Amino acid sequence: MADSLEVKERESVVVRFSGDSGDGMQLAGNIFSTVSATVGNSISTFPDYPADIRAPQGSLTGVSGFQVHIGAGQVYTPGDLCDVLVAMNAAALKTQLKYAKPNAAIIIDTDSFGPKDLEKAAFQTEDYLGELGVDPDRVIACPLTTMVKDCLKDSGMDVKSIMKCRNMFALGLVCWLFDRDLEIAFNYLKEKFAKKAGVAEANIKVIQAGYDYGHNTHSSVANVYRIETKNKVPGRYMDITGNKATAYGFIAAAEKAGLKLYLGSYPITPATDVLHELSKHKSLGVTTVQCEDEIAGCASSVGASFAGALAVTSTSGPGVCLKSEAMNLAVIMELPLVVLDVQRGGPATGLPTKSEQTDLLQALFGRNGESPMPVMAAMSPTDCFDAAYEASKVALEHMTPVVLLTDAYVAYGSGAFKLPNLAEYPAINPPYVPEEMKGTWTPYMRAENGTRYWAVPGREGFEHILGGLEKDDKTGAISTAPENHDLMTRKRQAKIDAIPVPDLEVLGDKDDADLLIVGFGGTYGHLRAAMDEMRAAGKKVAMTHFRYINPLPKNTAEVMMKYPKVVVAEQNMGQLAGWLRMKVDGFVPAQYNEVKGQPFKVAELVEAFNKII
Amino acid sequence: MCTYTASDYKKGQPRWCPGCGDHFFLASLHKAMAEIGVAPKDVAVISGIGCSSRLPHYMATYGMNTIHGRAAAIATGCKVANSKLAVWQISGDGDGLAIGGNHFIHANRRNIDLNMILLNNRIYGLTKGQYSPTSPRGFVSKSSPYGTVEDPFRPAELCFGARGHFFARAVATDAPGTIAVLKKAYAHKGSAGCEILQNCVIFNNGTHDGVYDKAGREKNAIYVEHGKPLVFGENKEFGLIQVGFGLKVVELNKENEDGKTYTIDDVLVHDAHCEDNTLQLKLALMGNGDGFPVALGVIRDVEAPTYNDAVEAQIEEVKAKKPYHTFAELLETNDIWEVK
Repeated sequence: MADSLEVKERESVVVRFSGDSGDGMQLAGNIFSTVSATVGNSISTFPDYPADIRAPQGSLTGVSGFQVHIGAGQVYTPGDLCDVLVAMNAAALKTQLKYAKPNAAIIIDTDSFGPKDLEKAAFQTEDYLGELGVDPDRVIACPLTTMVKDCLKDSGMDVKSIMKCRNMFALGLVCWLFDRDLEIAFNYLKEKFAKKAGVAEANIKVIQAGYDYGHNTHSSVANVYRIETKNKVPGRYMDITGNKATAYGFIAAAEKAGLKLYLGSYPITPATDVLHELSKHKSLGVTTVQCEDEIAGCASSVGASFAGALAVTSTSGPGVCLKSEAMNLAVIMELPLVVLDVQRGGPATGLPTKSEQTDLLQALFGRNGESPMPVMAAMSPTDCFDAAYEASKVALEHMTPVVLLTDAYVAYGSGAFKLPNLAEYPAINPPYVPEEMKGTWTPYMRAENGTRYWAVPGREGFEHILGGLEKDDKTGAISTAPENHDLMTRKRQAKIDAIPVPDLEVLGDKDDADLLIVGFGGTYGHLRAAMDEMRAAGKKVAMTHFRYINPLPKNTAEVMMKYPKVVVAEQNMGQLAGWLRMKVDGFVPAQYNEVKGQPFKVAELVEAFNKII
Repeated sequence: MCTYTASDYKKGQPRWCPGCGDHFFLASLHKAMAEIGVAPKDVAVISGIGCSSRLPHYMATYGMNTIHGRAAAIATGCKVANSKLAVWQISGDGDGLAIGGNHFIHANRRNIDLNMILLNNRIYGLTKGQYSPTSPRGFVSKSSPYGTVEDPFRPAELCFGARGHFFARAVATDAPGTIAVLKKAYAHKGSAGCEILQNCVIFNNGTHDGVYDKAGREKNAIYVEHGKPLVFGENKEFGLIQVGFGLKVVELNKENEDGKTYTIDDVLVHDAHCEDNTLQLKLALMGNGDGFPVALGVIRDVEAPTYNDAVEAQIEEVKAKKPYHTFAELLETNDIWEVK
């Protein structure tokens, strides 16, 4: 460790914790982000898991990372490259260095760089820093394991338990680097391990040791980074991942609508956490059924919807393939249903733990027949809450299945979530069939906005049969009459087209931009950060971002055609661009497409957009 | 309490072929529902796709004629979300056991309180005559002009293999037998599989000939009843006895081939409530081709906790245990910080 590390006043800083899958990097990262958020920094986090459950210890394939971006003002992404890299072993250093800035500070545990560790990480020599071209002056090299063992030698804990505390030493060191108040971390651990006081105490001791180590050995640099807080929005906050926020959104919508929440699901990465989360909350009456397959997940939800529940089915792209048949049943029966698709890399099994936006066209078109369905996409981990709430509201009020797209990046990432007040959320009013229609009502009679009425079983006088066969518009009986099918097809389409959707908002230089950046869903943060960076460099740039993709906002054509240049940036081969070209006459945008399974890199976006502008 | 008649459950004009077994079954279902007495507003009849799956359209209840094979899954969601409903699932052999086989076994395994009707005519009728998963080996059809080269499912085996707690069988033309089975299925709490033997006059005429009329049943069928000896024949002159691991047909009060004379006291007494399904399965698998009568009636009827009850009980249990019951209270269970 050199004395040359300086105090840096920064707008934002990115820290990446990396180690073996079992090293507790996510917990360390979570505590660090919570501590930072508590003092008023904005936060954005993203975990990077290997696809294997737990690869051999110390191996290159077993490294997992957890990246935390903290900022004085708003941060929109977990950051491209990190300013501080924590590498708990040789394999972590080797695989994670590519995520570090050239001048990043690197914290390593020298105890995990022995001959065997180096061999497992495929180093050729003992000079691992030299091999990687890392300047030793950037490295805080500490015998972390030795110090943790020493720190807990009188605790009575076994070696295995002691080793589990290594992550807290790294956390303590990082907290020192950022001059963080350890009390907040301590309180977090006391609450987390409320029933295991010994564990909390040991972790707290190790954090303090890590902090002191930094302080004592580098007293000449009081702190390396200082992140002030600006633009604070007062309120109560929690850290929330996208998947958890999605689950919360469904719970909130069911409560607001006064309905039972039913989830029919089948485990699939990266959507399973939604099933996990909802399964926990039986005290709110949430019913979850882990079905025999994806098909039953969706089909049972259709049954639950018929029976009068807010029905949700959660999955990822491969699951949507299997659900599409029952989704279509909900289209023709005009029953409310939310289909959550947490997108991952495809096709087929593809990249199960990685992120893409490649299911957009599947969501829009992946079914037989004319099958219009609202499609929404959540923009950030915290936006998943509102998106799930809105998707439920649209489904229930317009009697239609709705596809809600998130993605692995948004689902696993987290942000500071201002606790919502449900009283401030719009009411959810399903179109229950009015009692006075008894005797004259038939299943496909429609309200003014084209929506079919909902007659939930149990109501006398409204007994009816729905089904997958086309029905007569007037009587609700099976009909194959040509004119009737044409009419019903148009009515189902018109109903979806009439769903009110907020107008597109244009950010940045909305009046005189030379370039409009367009995206949808989980790329919002990166595109926003790219726009901000370009504008800071003097460019005239605007952006707009789609949350509602079907139906499109009414001002879509106007916004798309207003600017001299438009780039549609998405993590697929151009699915949104294609959809917009289909819907907006004469619209020919530039495209930025990437399918690497990783979030966009702001620097790469800026470089590409600068070429277009 | 209201009383209902069969016509309270009746709607529309069935479009099945004249003579189709579905007509007979539908009439029995209407009568059974009237005798059961659940109001039409509290009944949901859910089918898949196929000739028999048209049935909900002829019910004055709530219902859905859904998509091929998924009736059991859809019925599952319906019952779990709203357990007050009496849910009837109607499937044919293709719908229930081919494309829907997975849902069939899992509904049985979970023991969801569904009345699961399997109308078995051993053929695909709606697609005009292909072999089904219950067609016998060698069966000649449009898609097997040289005969099938595969063995069929025997529905009871699937039901038992999936740990089903109820299995009954009736012949569509036998109204009293069908009505009795349907009432027992409703009374059973849990998934209640009923195999209805049914003729397809167009594509598989005569498939159940041995038992399709009353005279045939007297010779070739045995009505099993819990607690009663397993006897059959026009004058109940035959009985079933257990020999080793198997069953055997004997003529009563007469010297049999083995040189022995058997009386009613030697005959097996049916135990539908026995948890061990070994003998029940033997009864269910008896066929005329093997020299046995076809078993009709309730073959297995064992009480067990239902999935939907357990789901509700668990919710109540957790509600009593956990201190948070609203969304606002749920939020408070997280690590929260305040920005001032």
